Amino acid sequence: MSEAAAAPDEPEKDFRKSEEEAVLERIERFRRNRPRLRDDFINSAHGAGGKASAALIDAVFVKAFANEALAPLTDGAVLTLPSGERLAFSTDSSVVNPIRFPGGSIGHLAVHGTVNDVAMMGAVPAWVSAAFVLEDGFPVAELRSIVADMREAAANAGVQVVTGDTKVVNKGSADGLYICTAGVGVIPADVHLDARSVRPGDRVLVSGTIGDHGVAVMLARGELGIEADIESDTAPLGGLVSALLAGAPGTRWLRDPTRGGVATVCNELARDADLAIILDEVSLPVRPAVNGACEILGIDPLYVANEGKLVAVVPPEQAEAAVVALRSHPLGGDAAVIGEVRDDPPGMVVINTGFGGNRVVDMLAGDPLPRIC
Amino acid sequence: MRFVDEYRDPAAARRAVEEIGIVSGGEHRKFMEVCGGHTHTIYKHGIENVLPENIELVHGPGCPVCVIPMGRVDDAINLAEQPGVIFTSFGDMMRVPGSTSNLLEAKARGADVRMVYSPLDALRIAQANPDRQVVFFAIGFETTAPSTAITLVKAKEAGVTNFSVFCNHVTIVPPLKAILESPDLRLDGFIGPGHVSTVIGNRPYRFVPAQYGKPLVTAGFEPLDILQSILMLVHQLRDGRCEVENQYTRAVRDEGNVRALQILGEVFELRPHFEWRGLGFISHSGLKLSEAFADWDAELRFHVPGVRVADPKACQCGEVLKGVIKPWECKVFGTACTPETPIGTCMVSSEGACAAYYNYGRFTRDAAASARIPVRSA
Repeated sequence: MSEAAAAPDEPEKDFRKSEEEAVLERIERFRRNRPRLRDDFINSAHGAGGKASAALIDAVFVKAFANEALAPLTDGAVLTLPSGERLAFSTDSSVVNPIRFPGGSIGHLAVHGTVNDVAMMGAVPAWVSAAFVLEDGFPVAELRSIVADMREAAANAGVQVVTGDTKVVNKGSADGLYICTAGVGVIPADVHLDARSVRPGDRVLVSGTIGDHGVAVMLARGELGIEADIESDTAPLGGLVSALLAGAPGTRWLRDPTRGGVATVCNELARDADLAIILDEVSLPVRPAVNGACEILGIDPLYVANEGKLVAVVPPEQAEAAVVALRSHPLGGDAAVIGEVRDDPPGMVVINTGFGGNRVVDMLAGDPLPRIC
Repeated sequence: MRFVDEYRDPAAARRAVEEIGIVSGGEHRKFMEVCGGHTHTIYKHGIENVLPENIELVHGPGCPVCVIPMGRVDDAINLAEQPGVIFTSFGDMMRVPGSTSNLLEAKARGADVRMVYSPLDALRIAQANPDRQVVFFAIGFETTAPSTAITLVKAKEAGVTNFSVFCNHVTIVPPLKAILESPDLRLDGFIGPGHVSTVIGNRPYRFVPAQYGKPLVTAGFEPLDILQSILMLVHQLRDGRCEVENQYTRAVRDEGNVRALQILGEVFELRPHFEWRGLGFISHSGLKLSEAFADWDAELRFHVPGVRVADPKACQCGEVLKGVIKPWECKVFGTACTPETPIGTCMVSSEGACAAYYNYGRFTRDAAASARIPVRSA
């Protein structure tokens, strides 16, 4: 850098500023292109829900299966029946390690993960399938207890497990058990949730404290040598969605911030709606223990998975009613407005920090905490 | 959160920013934060955009991941792929590109690469797998070197012979000297590294004001720490002083951590020279295991190719590390080189200037200011 650039020389500074802007614009154009798959082998980042996952899905799955119902690439497909009724259909695999953790088990996750994806499409979850991949030697007593958790979770979610499958693989070919579920629900005729209906001025809400699940599972592995009283928030969200839609019928969009956390779903929204999401760090509900663990591990709770929370976008005039509706439900006691939709900068998520500055919140390239769901 | 929130208080921050503006008198000042931890804090909390416009921060070489040259990553991958080896590494190093691949890809190809949070975890893995060779990929400045040293002492005491260390520890003073010698850089002062100084103390920096006439203030890692250290620097410049000052008094003592320095002296010795990414070879800047711990030196236990690999032509990590250019001024920044497909090390670690700028700071001062309009709750 020349000395001229360092001196407070106005035209030079303006030139540098516009140069920086040009670089940023070029990057933004690049960023908007869906990420390209460049790897020859699968690695853990491909399962993390961030950019590598998106690249894999585009290059392998969408390319092979391309169809209208798949195209929006949300958590579930919306299928219209000849009668005109709409179904939401979603599937999920649970590979969490360890299979039991404070606040739940792989059985709870397998049911909640699927019914919540269905609920986020605005549907009332009704039926679930369950397929089990079991490792040779897995104790039947353990399986019974996991299945009892699934029964409990299904009862709480108001769904029935109506079909299933069982496979056993050689010892070492799986880690205990994996559970794959699929779920179906009917979308009420008056419910239409779509990122494209989101408008500048809309408010962004979260239904409660963030990061509980990811941190609880990570600490349950005992590898970090940190002990804290943190429980997973795994819960079925159908009832909470009904309460929200009753209180704020104009709700535009819903997502459950599982893998990749609130930051990732906000980024997906910003991209799909081509609008800016401005978050307010001080308003983010985070338990002190979760915040403390994240601080020690150097991770941001915004990127940590939740299994019983939703992020909603509502029109400004219904924001207060939406918070009241969420807080009136047992799963929404800590609900809060955490952000606002604006025009600028489009496609980006920005957080205003408690300290008085701000930063961009991007999608993660990989996963800070693998195998938590 | 106690002991954290106090250092992020917005009212105190506003006061500090105002004072920096007044004391600096609008004069353009360029300060380098040496440590990657500071770079991370600066971007994560958006400090650059709230500072008065006449204060410019440039990001220094103190990111341990960023300074590892490609050849050493190739050596690490080679070690990881030797039969029977469990290769352990901090997560940050997994995505750092070697000349043809990275550790994450080596893992996908079948190498047993495990992420650890501490070298002691690596030693435990060695004790749990006595029939396997466990290698720890040691990186970092004087901050992390003591934990590697303690692990080696423990390995020796317990007679763990299937454990070894691939040592890439470096020291902070030589690159600082290299930067001060660099002709293309004009700085008004340094924000001195905090964590490193808890170990080495403040005395080793005395040459900065004495020989090069630049003030240095050792700083903590919270946003208010950074602002206060900038304020101390502009105070020095206004008052015509030039000295080493300590902002991080709650953690740094002038003499450093004597016990840690002693153990570093026992376990390590200086290499004649060590290659730094983008900075080239710097004399007496790297550590290797001392004679007494040679049995645990992975470079002696295994055949390590040790081939020097030139940095990719397009990559300007060296200029970024020296603060000569801003991350966005690099030709490949944000297009060919992104956090998903990094060409240079600065784009990998969360402490790297390029990754911090890309992930957190990818908007202009004006855009940042307009985004700071408070979010309306209802």
